[in-house]
Amino acid sequence: MPNILEVKNLVKNYGDFQAVKGVSFEIAEGEIFSLLGPNGAGKTTTISMLSTLYTPTSGDATIGGHSISKDPMGVRNIIGVVPQDLALYEDLTAKENLIFWGQMYGLSGKSLASRVDEVLGQIGLTDKAKDRVKTYSGGMKRRVNIGVGLLHKPRLLFMDEPTVGIDPQSRRAILDTVKDLNKQGMTVLYTTHYMEEAEELSDRVGIIDHGQLIAIGTQKELTKQVGETETLILHISENDDPEALAKAFRDIKEVLEANVVNTEISVITPSAKDVLAAVVTKANERGIKIHSIDIREPNLEAVFLHLTGRALRD
Amino acid sequence: MLKTFIIGIKDLRLAFRDRAALIFMLAAPFALTLGLGLVTGRFSGNSSGISDIPVIIVNLDKKELGNALEDLFSSQDLAELVEPVSGSSPEAARQSVDEDKSAAAIIIPEGFTNSIIPSQADFANGNEPEAIQIEVYANPSRPTSAGIIKSIVDEFISRVEEGQVSAQTSILQMILSGRITPEQAEQAGIEMGQRLQNSPNVDTLAIKLNSTTADGEAVQFDILAYLAPGMALMFLMYTVSHGGRSILAEKAQGTLPRMLVTPTNSMQILGGKVFGIFLTGAAQMLILIGATTLLFQLKWGDGFGVVMLVFAAVFAATGWGMLITALARTTAQVANVGSAIMLIFGILGGSFISLEQMPLAVQTFSKITPNAWALDGFTTLGLGGTLADLFAPITALLTMGIILFLTSVVLFGKKNLVQK
Ligand SMILES: Nc1ncnc2c1ncn2[C@@H]1O[C@H](COP(=O)(O)OP(=O)(O)O)[C@@H](O)[C@H]1O
Ligand SMILES: [Mg+2]
Repeated sequence: MPNILEVKNLVKNYGDFQAVKGVSFEIAEGEIFSLLGPNGAGKTTTISMLSTLYTPTSGDATIGGHSISKDPMGVRNIIGVVPQDLALYEDLTAKENLIFWGQMYGLSGKSLASRVDEVLGQIGLTDKAKDRVKTYSGGMKRRVNIGVGLLHKPRLLFMDEPTVGIDPQSRRAILDTVKDLNKQGMTVLYTTHYMEEAEELSDRVGIIDHGQLIAIGTQKELTKQVGETETLILHISENDDPEALAKAFRDIKEVLEANVVNTEISVITPSAKDVLAAVVTKANERGIKIHSIDIREPNLEAVFLHLTGRALRD
Repeated sequence: MLKTFIIGIKDLRLAFRDRAALIFMLAAPFALTLGLGLVTGRFSGNSSGISDIPVIIVNLDKKELGNALEDLFSSQDLAELVEPVSGSSPEAARQSVDEDKSAAAIIIPEGFTNSIIPSQADFANGNEPEAIQIEVYANPSRPTSAGIIKSIVDEFISRVEEGQVSAQTSILQMILSGRITPEQAEQAGIEMGQRLQNSPNVDTLAIKLNSTTADGEAVQFDILAYLAPGMALMFLMYTVSHGGRSILAEKAQGTLPRMLVTPTNSMQILGGKVFGIFLTGAAQMLILIGATTLLFQLKWGDGFGVVMLVFAAVFAATGWGMLITALARTTAQVANVGSAIMLIFGILGGSFISLEQMPLAVQTFSKITPNAWALDGFTTLGLGGTLADLFAPITALLTMGIILFLTSVVLFGKKNLVQK
């Protein structure tokens, strides 16, 4: 498959602050590509440049052969954008919103009417189409927000953290919609800070941190970077000192890394069962009670931890 | 072009779905018009909001009709409305108007009564008396007051003329039938003239100032015809700043950036927002005009003139809305500055106190407000004027609008719709 998107050395400065520091990657037509990174990593800034909202400080990208800086109109015709924050008219109904945004994409008449009905079906809001958006739940609003991006059947759809702050059912529905759209041939650039979403959806993942792409590839390729490791996750009480315990863990021979996130300590090791006894002993020596221990196969979380020494979640 | 239109219609729809906005756009001006109308007695029919209009009367006629007109101005009915003084020299009277000491001078020439009620000698000779006209020398910087004076005089003349026709025919009939001699005829005519002046209709002058337009259609000047446009124009300034605010609000709520990633350029979007403000303002004005016409029987005057004046006024006001928005950083700033300008322009533009009662400097400064020009135009229309009489206000409003638009476009260009 040819590349629908090619990004070359994209840089964005906000005044003195460099939010995106020379990012390069490609997306092949038909792929779901995820940008995975914590808050503030530069995901939204990257998408804003690719969708021609912001002009890059330097670098360029082409979408379907159109340069984002030299031919923004050409780009806008083939992309759909689902912004991170809801961008809807709350005093209009879902249907009125879709009609308005469809018109902004140049649709009119019968084709507009039939697309609006199709999209309403796709986002499961046919019954509520005539209610004002402000009466909707957060999940329903998110779905309208997505629907707006689909009206003109874009070849490449940007979805910027479309599941933030909603209930599990709505999240499930949205992830299924993304997969459906992709099956119908739409290429998707999806950003998230949830490892599980990236794992479930993506053909390939780019891990972004502090404005830099620190790893890119299929999930297999990425987890290989961590080596054949496993991760132990220990939950301890709030009152105990996790930092001190993590430090003690690092003295164990088979432990590669030990990191703290709130009351969780994650321990990366080639073999979980070999360090289990030592870990429990160290905790007992300090009088720290372990509430639970999870053992995880290598995943993107571990990759991120491995590459940055920090957890994905904030 | 099409997208500009679509964005404008969308904003019109949104404005009419915003309850808070509707209160300011429609309910508040309507309620204030009603309230001030009650206070000034429009609905009980006693006095008008404008009072003590200074007027000089130079009565060179000194006969029955001239005296009757002079008496009319010092009558109880007009006591609150006008403040008449007698003058002896037409030149001095005109000068007093030129110096803005009076709203108008009424000069009743010698022989006015005779020109209407022929004397015995004229009857005998069969001479047609030559027509002699009363001069109303109006103060252009006090269009409302001068208009009211003029309409009182017009009303008087039209009554006298109607009366003249009937008086002459009845006198002629009496002579022919031999009931009176030509000598008695003059006396009879004068009596009839006086009776006309004392007819009950004249008593209502203070409430409904009837005047006659060029094409003979009767119109009334009603204090509400001053209050209602004043209030509508003041709250038009709310609507335009609210509309301007929506540009920044759309930026904050993400719909403006979203429009910018559709195949729509920023000029179409800005144009659409401006068009939306214009449409909303025009709809507001026309609804208020319609409602006061239906509910208060208010006569706004020539329909075509009213619509054109509304468009010109909304255009200029929209320019102000854009300028405020282009200068402000946040929606709160637009709202605050917008409310302040609404009040300042409302006062400066004469929505509360007739401009004529303000110092000359304020009157001059008021010309920067769309309110003053438009109110001037609505007064002209209320007094029976047509589009042809609105050249000055409409030209001023359109010029104001164009200057404000150009300035805001430059400012918006510098600021950029979204940060780049
Ligand atoms: N308009 C802006 N002005 C200045 N700094 C910004 C602006 N937008 C984002 N940033 C900063 O740029 C960095 C990247 O932000 P963003 O692209 O929103 O990250 P993400 O979407 O991955 O959470 C953050 O540190 C953020 O604070
Ligand atoms: Mg973001």
